[in-house]
Amino acid sequence: MTTAFLIASAFLASAVEFVEALTIVLAAGITRGWRSSLTGLGAATVALAAIVAALGPALTLVPIDALRLVVGALLLAFGLQWLRKAILRASGYKALHDEAEIFVREQADARAAGEPQRAGLDWYGFTLSFKGVLLEGLEVAFIVITFGSAQGSIPLAALGAGAALVLVAVVGALVRGPLTRVPENTLKFAVGVMLTTFGIFWSTEGVGAHWPGDDASLPGVLAFVVLTSAGAVATLRRRRMAFA
Amino acid sequence: MRPVRAFGRFWWDFVVGDDWRAALGVAVAIGATAVLVAGGVDAWWLMPAAVATVLWLSLRRASR
Repeated sequence: MTTAFLIASAFLASAVEFVEALTIVLAAGITRGWRSSLTGLGAATVALAAIVAALGPALTLVPIDALRLVVGALLLAFGLQWLRKAILRASGYKALHDEAEIFVREQADARAAGEPQRAGLDWYGFTLSFKGVLLEGLEVAFIVITFGSAQGSIPLAALGAGAALVLVAVVGALVRGPLTRVPENTLKFAVGVMLTTFGIFWSTEGVGAHWPGDDASLPGVLAFVVLTSAGAVATLRRRRMAFA
Repeated sequence: MRPVRAFGRFWWDFVVGDDWRAALGVAVAIGATAVLVAGGVDAWWLMPAAVATVLWLSLRRASR
């Protein structure tokens, strides 16, 4: 059960970040040229691989309880942000994240920029693509390393992230446009729920408390987070209607 | 100095985000659980309750 949760969490969280990275790479490629955009993508991928290769093994040397405490606390802070935004979007208090709008905005910015050339590359296109992929990729690396090391299996978390990368890359290559049909808020809601669930579970274990039934209580924590979030959406929706 | 500030800003936005009180609430809840565990209470129930409270307070602030 925990293995399935681990892979599903890494897959969903990574898929969201890869969709955002794809939007930026496409905007840079279409407006500034594919050579610069894809070179930026490649350079960011190499930088990310170096970060994961350096940090991954180092984290496995940390005692598991200390690691779970730190990772649990980070995931909770991180997961609550996702969950809070997803609940606000689902209840109508915040605009839905729109990849098409971001794509148009990135394209307009890219077109408005000058044409500086460095090392035979369009520097704006390279930098846009590199920064976008590196920042979104760092979030994926953070999730893979923390989930994987706290659960004792970085390869399983990497498998989930890798599957998401392949799926987004294939769909992106076929569509050649921003993935507007991805139910982004639903995905982010699921990711927020997963991160918060693991955050609660690991931070509690990290300070030395014991869950009844150990790992078997994880679905119970998940159900609690789902019900709390669904309750929050329903309450906020009702409140919004009452004030409308 | 700018790269250091930008680096710090990135991690602050990444981990804490736009509601530092929620992050602080999580830290306090973890500390309280640790204190209870040190006192012999197996306080596994505290974190779920605290997280639900922190989330709800954060949502209330954001939806005002």
